[in-house]
Amino acid sequence: MILHELIDFEILRVLWWALLGVLLIGFALTDGFDMGVGALLPFVARTDVERRVVINTIGPVWEGNQVWFILGGGAIFAAWPPLYAVSFSGFYLAMFVILAALILRPVGFKYRSKRESLAWRSGWDWALFIGGAVPALLFGVAVGNVLLGVPFYLTEDLMPMYDGSFYGKFFGLLRPFALLAGVVSISMLLMHGAAWLSLKAEGAVAERARRIGTTAGLVAAGAYALAGLWLAFGIDGFALMGEVIPHGPSNPLYSEVSRGGTWLSAYAERPWIVIAPLMGFAGIALAVRGLRAGREVSTLLWSKMGITGIIASVGLTMFPFILPSTVNPSSSLTVWDSSSSHQTLFVMLVMTVIFMPIILAYTAWVYKVLWGKVTEADVTDSDSAY
Amino acid sequence: MELDIVELSRLQFAMTAMYHFLFVPLTLGLSVIVAIMETVYVMTGRPIWRQMTKFWGLLFGINFVLGVATGITMEFQFGMNWSYYSHYVGDVFGAPLAIEGLMAFFLEATFVGLFFFGWDKLSKVAHMIVTWLVAIGSNFSALWILIANGWMQNPVGAQFNPETMRMEMTSFFDVVFNEVAQAKFVHTVSAGYVTAAVFVLGVSAWYLLKDRHVELARRSIAVASAFGLASALSVVVLGDESGYSASHTQKMKLAAIEGMWETHKAPAPFSAIGFPDKEARETHYKVEVPWVMGLIGTRSLTEEIPGINDLVAEAEEKIRSGLIAYDALMAIRAQRAETPEEVRATFEEHSGNLGFALLLKRYVDDPREATEAQIAQAADDTIPGVAPLFWAFRIMVGLGFGFIAVMLYFFYRASFRAMQFPRWALRGAVIIIPAPWIAAELGWFVAEYGRQPWTVDGVLPTALSVSHLGVADLLITLAGFVTFYTILFIIEMGLMLKYIRKGPFEDVEETNAWVERHEHRLRTHDGKGPFAANPAE
Repeated sequence: MILHELIDFEILRVLWWALLGVLLIGFALTDGFDMGVGALLPFVARTDVERRVVINTIGPVWEGNQVWFILGGGAIFAAWPPLYAVSFSGFYLAMFVILAALILRPVGFKYRSKRESLAWRSGWDWALFIGGAVPALLFGVAVGNVLLGVPFYLTEDLMPMYDGSFYGKFFGLLRPFALLAGVVSISMLLMHGAAWLSLKAEGAVAERARRIGTTAGLVAAGAYALAGLWLAFGIDGFALMGEVIPHGPSNPLYSEVSRGGTWLSAYAERPWIVIAPLMGFAGIALAVRGLRAGREVSTLLWSKMGITGIIASVGLTMFPFILPSTVNPSSSLTVWDSSSSHQTLFVMLVMTVIFMPIILAYTAWVYKVLWGKVTEADVTDSDSAY
Repeated sequence: MELDIVELSRLQFAMTAMYHFLFVPLTLGLSVIVAIMETVYVMTGRPIWRQMTKFWGLLFGINFVLGVATGITMEFQFGMNWSYYSHYVGDVFGAPLAIEGLMAFFLEATFVGLFFFGWDKLSKVAHMIVTWLVAIGSNFSALWILIANGWMQNPVGAQFNPETMRMEMTSFFDVVFNEVAQAKFVHTVSAGYVTAAVFVLGVSAWYLLKDRHVELARRSIAVASAFGLASALSVVVLGDESGYSASHTQKMKLAAIEGMWETHKAPAPFSAIGFPDKEARETHYKVEVPWVMGLIGTRSLTEEIPGINDLVAEAEEKIRSGLIAYDALMAIRAQRAETPEEVRATFEEHSGNLGFALLLKRYVDDPREATEAQIAQAADDTIPGVAPLFWAFRIMVGLGFGFIAVMLYFFYRASFRAMQFPRWALRGAVIIIPAPWIAAELGWFVAEYGRQPWTVDGVLPTALSVSHLGVADLLITLAGFVTFYTILFIIEMGLMLKYIRKGPFEDVEETNAWVERHEHRLRTHDGKGPFAANPAE
C-alpha cells in the first residue's frame, strides 16, 4: 500500500503532535471538570442531598469524558511509541498513584449512593475527592517534570533505562518547579469544576463553587505567571544540534541535542506562539469575572479557553521536543524522531478523521439531552440518580 | 523462588488482566441481553419487559463500572511494565488499541450514562437505540482488543526495521483480518454471551426457587436460554476454528495443549486424558481418541501435526538463522547508509527469525557469543508449560460442552414444557453461575501461557519485553493492586448480592392498568382471562 505517501511523513508527524495536544486538551476540558468537581465535593456540598446533587451533575457524563484519557494513552502508544514506553515506565509509581485514584472515581460515582449508611457514603466522598484532586495535581507535576527533563536514556537497542533509585521514581518527581506546575494544574481544574457547578447546580452549592472557583482562578493565573518567570530565569532548555531531518527514521539516537539556553527562546523564533499564554491569562481572567458575576454558560467557555491556552503553551514552547532527557540529552524524544512509521501515522489519521467528528457529534447530543440544572428534587425523586 | 522483574511483571499482568476479565464477559453479554429485553418492551409495550430491562441493567451497571475501572490499568500497563515491548511493537500493536478508543470505547462510555439517566429524557425508541449503542460499543471494544491480541499470537502485516529497531506495520489490512484475531473475537464474545446467559439463568432460577418475581424470572430464563444456547454453540465452533488456525500459526502451543511430544503419523489422535511429563518428554497414561486431533487441527486425514521434539529442533534451526540476521543487523546499525547491499540482503533473508536469536539474550548480552549449550537451552525454552496447558484446555472444553447441555435443557423446558422447571434443575443453575468465569479465565490462560516464552510469537521474547524497573517498584505496585482490587471485589460482590436479594422494582399498579387496557387483545381462545395463571403480570 502506497496510499500513505499521499501525506508527507513530516506533515503527519506535525499533525500527530497537534492531535496529541488536542487529546490532552480534550481530556482537560471534559474530564477536567469531573476532576475539579470531585476535588470540590467536600467543600461545596455539606448535606447528603447537596453532595448527591454535585455528584449527579457529572454522573451521566464522567464515563465518556474519561475516555479522553484512555484514548490519549492509546494514541500515544500508536503514534508515539517511544514516548509511551519511556514516560509511563519512567513515571512508574506516579502513574500507579494516578491509576489508583482514577479507579476510585468511577467506583465512587456508581457505588456511593447504593447504600444508605452515612459512613459508607462519606467514605466514598473522600474517594471521589482523592480521585479528583490527586490526578489533577499529579498531571501538572508530570508536565513540570517534562519541562525540567527526565533522567532516562536509551541503549543502542533503544531500550529505555532510568537513572536513579526507586525513591527517585516518585519523590524525585516532586521537585519545586514540578510542584508549582501541579499547583497550576489543580487550581485551573478547580476553577473549571466550579464553572461547571455554577452552570449545573443552584443555590448554596453553586454559590460556594463560585467563591472557591474565583480564588482558584486567581491562584492558577499567579502560579502560571510564576512558572513562566521560573522557566525564563531558572531552568535550562534543550535544543536540537546540527541538521534536522524531519522525515528521517524514528530513532532518537540519530539526532544530537544540547542542554542550555532557555525554553522561552521559542518565543523569539516563533513569536506567534505568544497567543497561547495570552489565551491562558485572558481565559482565566474572564472566567473569574464570570464566576463573580454569576454568569453561567460563558464562564465555562472562558474557563475552557484558559485551560486550552495553558496546555497549548507548554507544547508550543517545547516544540519539537516531547520528552527531553537530562542524563543523556541525545536520547531526548522529539517530534522528528519518536513517531510511529509513516504508514501507521497515516492509517491512524484516517481513523481519527472519520471517527472524531462522529464522537464529537454524539457527545454534543448527549450533553444536549442532559441540558439543564440538577436540582435536589431530581436527585431525591429519581431511582436512577447516583 | 526468587522473583525477578520478568516474573513480577508477568505476575502483575496476569493478575490485573484476569481480574479485568472477571467483569468484561458479563458486560459483553449482559449489554446484549438487556438490549434484547428493551427491544421486546418497545415492540410489545408490556411494562414487565421494561422492569426486566431496568433490573438487569442495574446489575449490568454495577459490573460495568469495575470493567471500566480495571480497564484503565490495562491501557497503561504496557507502557509501565513492558516498555521494551511498547517500543518494539507499538507501531503495530498500539493502533488497534487507539482505534478501540475511537470506535468503541467512546461509544459505550458516552451512551452508558444516558442508559441510566435517560429514561425520562428520551422517547422509548431513542432509549432503546442508546441501549443498543452501549452493547455495540462494548462488543466493538472486544474486537479491537482481540485484533491486538491476535497479532501477538500471529504477527502478520509487519516487518522489522533495522534503523528504528522495531516492528513496523506493512499492511493494516493484514493486521485487522488476521485469521487468529477474527476467530478469537467471535470465540471471546460468544463466551461473554454464555457468561451473561448463565448469570441471568442462575439468578432467575434463584428467584423461582424462592418463589419471587416469578414472571420476570421465567421470561428472563426464556431469553437467557435461547441466547445462551446459540452462544454456547458458537463458542465451541469458534474454539475449533482457533484450534485449526493454531495448527499452522502456533504449532508449539497446539502440541503443548495436546501433550504431543513426537510427531504422529496422520491423522493424529486426540488425548482425552494424560499426564504430561516435561522432564521425561512423555505423556503418561494417555487415553486417546483416534483421528480426532488430525481432523480438528488440519481438517484432513493426511496432513501431519508436528510434535514438540520436532518443533524444538526446528527452533534450533531458527535460532541459527536468527543469529545470521542479528549479525547483519549489527553491521547495518554500524554502517547505516553505507551498508553493502549483500549485508542488507542477508538480513532480509533471515530477519523473520531475528526473534529467535533474541531468545539468547537471557543468557548472553551478545547472542553471537552464545555457546552450543546455550543455543540448545534457548531452543528448549520454546516449550511452554505442557501439563498446565493440557489440563486447562480440557477443563475449558468440558465446561464449554456442559454449557450447551444446560442451555439446551432450559431452552427445551422454557419452549415446550410451559416454563416448568424442576427444582433440582433450578438449584443446578444457581450452582453453576461461576462456571463460565472459570472457563473464560482458563481460555485466556491457554492463549497467553501457551504463547510463552514470547510476548509476540517468534518476534519478541518475554524476558526482553519488560521495563527496567526495580524489584521494589514492582512489589509495591503488585501489593497495591492486590489490596486495592481485593477490596473492590468484596464491595462489588456485596452490592451485587444486595441488589439481587432486593430484586426488581415491580410497579404493580402500572402493570395492572396496562393489562386492563389490553385485555381484549390478550384474551385467549377459550375465553379465559389472559393471565389467570399469572397473577403477577
